[in-house]
Amino acid sequence: MNGGEVTKLETGIPGVDHIARGGLPRNRTTLVSGTAGSAKTVLAAQFLAEGILQYEQNGVFVTFEESIDDIRKNMLGFGWPIAQWESDGKWAFVDASPEPNEAMDVAGDFDLGALLARIEHAAKRIGAVRLSMDSLGAVFTQLRDSSIVRRELFRVAHSLRRLGLTSFLTAERTDEYGPIARFGVEEFVADNVVILRNILDDEKRRRTIEILKFRGTTHQKGEYPFTIVPNVGIVAIPLSAIELVQKSSDIRVTSGSVELDAMCSGGFFRDSIVLVSGATGTGKTLMATEFMKGGTDNGERSLLFAFEESREQLFRNASGWGIDYEDTERTGLLRVECNYPESAGLEDHLIRMKATIEEFRPNRVAVDSLSALERVSSNRGFREFIIGLTSFIKHQEIVGLFTSTTTTLMGGSSITEGHISTITDSIILLRYVETFGEMRRGLTVLKMRGSKHDKDIRELSIDNEGMHIKGPFRDVAGIISGNPHQVFRTESERLNGLFTSDES
Amino acid sequence: MKDYVLQLFVTGKTSRSQRAIDNIRRICSEHLGFDYKLTIVDVLESPQLAEDQKVLATPTLVKLMPPPVRRIVGDLSAADVVTAALDIRVENQEANP
Repeated sequence: MNGGEVTKLETGIPGVDHIARGGLPRNRTTLVSGTAGSAKTVLAAQFLAEGILQYEQNGVFVTFEESIDDIRKNMLGFGWPIAQWESDGKWAFVDASPEPNEAMDVAGDFDLGALLARIEHAAKRIGAVRLSMDSLGAVFTQLRDSSIVRRELFRVAHSLRRLGLTSFLTAERTDEYGPIARFGVEEFVADNVVILRNILDDEKRRRTIEILKFRGTTHQKGEYPFTIVPNVGIVAIPLSAIELVQKSSDIRVTSGSVELDAMCSGGFFRDSIVLVSGATGTGKTLMATEFMKGGTDNGERSLLFAFEESREQLFRNASGWGIDYEDTERTGLLRVECNYPESAGLEDHLIRMKATIEEFRPNRVAVDSLSALERVSSNRGFREFIIGLTSFIKHQEIVGLFTSTTTTLMGGSSITEGHISTITDSIILLRYVETFGEMRRGLTVLKMRGSKHDKDIRELSIDNEGMHIKGPFRDVAGIISGNPHQVFRTESERLNGLFTSDES
Repeated sequence: MKDYVLQLFVTGKTSRSQRAIDNIRRICSEHLGFDYKLTIVDVLESPQLAEDQKVLATPTLVKLMPPPVRRIVGDLSAADVVTAALDIRVENQEANP
């Protein structure tokens, strides 16, 4: 395995292998550097845990800092029974944590021969494939003489390869965007470097993982968000690493409204994402509701993520439009998931939504509304969420409908749309139209990828049977720009004449 | 029963190991006479002993008795550090109480 092409060892840590294009360089050491609290120890432990759980690969954990009792306890929250694995001979500790009430002096030159002998002993005893060492900086504080420690750690790192171990070595850094690690650790294990960050971004904590380099092999570049999930561990979200391989089908499904289907030349495409954008009260939640009903009426499994209203509110509103959510949920075709946006970080929402989709296996998904989620995240985090969610939904070949609230009452756009409009396949605008002192609602299909669609701005009315799309507004101009005004018949004829005379 | 119980952990028969063995023997015979028990452990032969004592570097001298337990890392060439750490009274200090 020395020389030649670098092969990879799948870590099994969700998302990480995708970013690492297959896993860690096999039989090599990879440095994981991060500030305090950046989840280095979790990553190191998870690397071994996934090896045991998924690949029947045993692992050695070398700790220089935390006591092994603490590690056993702390990792129980992720569902890793380390003590059990130890007695099964799958996991071995090499305990190099400092004894709290023991002084240590340094008198002359030394090496790390004992550490190496212990690692080798442990690795042979359980037949280890993986090794984690946490964290190198603590060796420097224990043994003080930096130049010797550096020389010796280099030797240890080198010997790990000889033992056929694929290893994660952690090291701490002081700045999120400063030198790679303290004590110049990167100089002796610099072949492969992974950086974990824990950044305060727009008052929100944001964890990211970045592969800085893999010598002799490829990886995805840049920072990818990750989150720590109870009973799972680290879950990285490889957003832009997601391949756009979704098949596009020309199978149409109903939007839940006969008139809207007609405007869209027969309905939405089965694997498309539809954005419904409008000011508050223009009928977005209703459209999502009709969309759900259209699905369940045809025997499709339909899933609604609601972030704006409580379950009770939502069910009551639906019954006001003549739709019985409760009854439909009992048939098993519908599931309504209500969550308060502030209840979790955006990454956690995304992971939960993915898990629900995977479990429920819906044919259609609605999210009402994306704007509510925008509140709990920075712009950048939100953009990544949108990309992550849309690509995931597209992969499942299901139709998705997202609603988005515009900030201004008349027309206008929101940040949401800036992020999402290029990703969505269809955009439906809902707008208020003021005519003769009366507020009316207008609906138009702004874009529909791969299909003809009605270009009219039609009137939308809402009653106790849901929504109805009527004829187009004829004598009003400037609706979409948010500045509707009356156009008198003679003037509209004149304008029409203007264009027809151009054509002739 | 000896007053001093010492363990010296070394890695193989390297010159550094030998230097540490020579240094501790000299310091002990100079200051402790026969009042000590010294065991030499080669971690390559007994890695489990190194694990039990949580030895990280070699050579490491562990003073088990008298308490408190104390470790000295290195080839023990700095004799003054060793005697201070072992709490051995050096003669000229005894002369000036």
